[in-house]
Amino acid sequence: MKLHTFHPGGVHLPDSKLSAGKPIVDVGLPHKVVITMSQHQGAPARPVVSVGDEVKRFQLVGEAQGFISANIHSPITGVVKAVGPFVGSYGYDVEAVTVEASEEQHEADVEMPRVRVRDDAAIAAMSPDDIIAVSKDFGLVGMGGATFPTYVKLKVPEGRHADVMIVNAAECEPYLTSDHALMLAEPEAVVRGVEIARKACGAPEAVIAVEANKPDAIELLSRHIPAGIHVRVMALKERYPQGGEKQLINAVTGRQVPNGKLPIDAGAVVINVGTVYALWRAVAYSEPLVERIVTVTGPAMERCGNFRAVTGTPISTLLGLTDAYLEQGSKLVLGGPMMGRAALNPDAPVEKGTSGLLVLPPDMARRAEPEACVRCAKCVSVCPMGLEPYLISTLSRLRRIDDAAGENIMACIECGSCSYVCPSSRPILDFIRLGKGLLRSRKKK
Amino acid sequence: MSELLVVSGSPHIHVADTTDRCMWRVIIALVPAFACAVYAFGLGALIVTAAAVIGSVVTEFMIARYLMGRRAPFVSMSALLTGVLLAFNLPSNLPVWIVLIGSVVAIGIGKMAFGGLGCNIFNPALVGRVFLLLSFPQQMTTWPLPLVNRMNYTDATTGATMLSWMNGGEDAVAGATAHTEPMTLGSFDWMNEAMGAFGGSLGEISSLALIIGGIYLLMTRTITWHIPVAMILGAAVMSLIAGGDPVLEIVSGGLMLGAIFMATDYVTSPMSRSGMLLYGAMIGVITVIIRHWGAYPEGVSFAILLMNGATPLINRYMKPKKVGVVKS
Repeated sequence: MKLHTFHPGGVHLPDSKLSAGKPIVDVGLPHKVVITMSQHQGAPARPVVSVGDEVKRFQLVGEAQGFISANIHSPITGVVKAVGPFVGSYGYDVEAVTVEASEEQHEADVEMPRVRVRDDAAIAAMSPDDIIAVSKDFGLVGMGGATFPTYVKLKVPEGRHADVMIVNAAECEPYLTSDHALMLAEPEAVVRGVEIARKACGAPEAVIAVEANKPDAIELLSRHIPAGIHVRVMALKERYPQGGEKQLINAVTGRQVPNGKLPIDAGAVVINVGTVYALWRAVAYSEPLVERIVTVTGPAMERCGNFRAVTGTPISTLLGLTDAYLEQGSKLVLGGPMMGRAALNPDAPVEKGTSGLLVLPPDMARRAEPEACVRCAKCVSVCPMGLEPYLISTLSRLRRIDDAAGENIMACIECGSCSYVCPSSRPILDFIRLGKGLLRSRKKK
Repeated sequence: MSELLVVSGSPHIHVADTTDRCMWRVIIALVPAFACAVYAFGLGALIVTAAAVIGSVVTEFMIARYLMGRRAPFVSMSALLTGVLLAFNLPSNLPVWIVLIGSVVAIGIGKMAFGGLGCNIFNPALVGRVFLLLSFPQQMTTWPLPLVNRMNYTDATTGATMLSWMNGGEDAVAGATAHTEPMTLGSFDWMNEAMGAFGGSLGEISSLALIIGGIYLLMTRTITWHIPVAMILGAAVMSLIAGGDPVLEIVSGGLMLGAIFMATDYVTSPMSRSGMLLYGAMIGVITVIIRHWGAYPEGVSFAILLMNGATPLINRYMKPKKVGVVKS
């Protein structure tokens, strides 16, 4: 059978899925959490608690501000110790609420049973707007890394129509296995979540798109799809960046999303598999999004694995559970090695979008010296947006941003394939980012 | 905040490849053809190749170090490759001093004058070869006969290549020695040409060995198929139009060498797939036009250099198709 994939471009990356097949280990509830107010794309949430307040587990502590924003909840019961700036994972100050639990509060949380609040009949009776309201109230955002508020995606604009909902389970980044582990651990809940999300966005069909390097997940999910619902699993040929929204739509439907437009303009809604699982938990158990699966991995690590952690858990706690050792000159990446960001503060908390912690040893942390471009055209052939990375990168470097704009620099999805394949180790994407930043700041003026 | 961690923009992993390794793979791919050259021409092949490589590397070193004031390393693997490719385009009985002039021109004028690696418009090895062809037409167009001259160098007995014989001895290259009848190591057909039974420049002696190298380059993804295939098809179609034998056209002369190793030079070939196809096809067509109606029996070098010149134009107008651009 010929497997679908996207066109054009793309690159076949080494898998490096060291933690594949490892069961999910529960990290447990920490006694103290730092809850950052910007765990999503868009406006940061506004803290609605003050120092000294007692907050319950799952209580709202940050309120969404504006259309593109998300609610933030506390993962533990405790007392608010601080509200204000905290040095975030990337070294910048971010607004955060610190909650600390007493021993009794902690034990009560640990023993708190999970209560099903909606049975199957109640879920079946929910209207699309009910589901969208739940995803908004409970702070659901895309958990693949882009953290776009889920309710905005599910709410198909007036006059538009989604004819397919695509569940993004491609997990095309090397090293990451959190989505894979989730599908293996909770296949039934994932399928239930998919069906709920499909109903919310009104698509007649849902496709769970999984790359072919996860045959166990493909088989397990297919087995858990009950007869009579319009959900199917599609195996995709391994190719990076298949998990990019535009690439995934192209791989599954063959359509292209027009530049500057949204997936819905191609008749599709794309939702990450972790998000549909969170939606199931929100709908069935009234649980806000305060928990996720995090892959902790690295080429020098023997005990890498997949962990279930609440948001606010310090990154260093997770690293401590493995044999991860941050040696002088190593690199700590939040997310995958292609699109993840290098972190500066290992004491910063896990957030809604933290799909993985990747520790690269010093020999892999530093980049090679860039050499002269030999115009080998490898960057052109891998670009999934059909751009000429060498050209827009050079134009940006020379500050010729009007010319770069003419070459469609703003269409770049920053997947990093160009920098990855460059035999001269040129910082192609870095200059493209610079050019995009210059264009954006000029537009604001 | 810790000074512990390294921070840089994504991506955080990199393909295990460098420009020098790409060049190395091309040199490895040239080994079968070089072995055939040594088998056919013996001593001469070794001397000419060594002279061209040393000349190229030393020229690049001197210019990068003393004229341009570059930082170390002064010489890249590409200088070595240029030397080998230049040698492959020369007759094996060419005196060392001419070979050295060729390599100085190839590196000095063909490459470093434009700013060094990645900046040149024309294929440096071909700049060197064409300079020698125009400056030393006699030495550059008398090819030693293969097999019988292994222990001879500049005193080798010479003979015609299949192309110059076909083009007619008298009106061939001005100033060239009258062509003798071609070697009759076998019957006069494309099979013998492919296997290397006829004379010619050092590296073009066996199409088969060149194709083996080409397959290696394709398998290691050092080059893509677009330029070689387009060039071969272009030459075949033009040959049919010109009333020639397309198969003979493809396996003779420097066409295979040009298609696989010279036209695919990263720096001087187009960036888009469609551009590569046009570029390759035009080289094939121009080669056959020169062979059939031009003053020279062989046209691959001129065809590639002509299309090198057209490459910036091709890059400007034949861009890859951008994803998501809606026609208004």
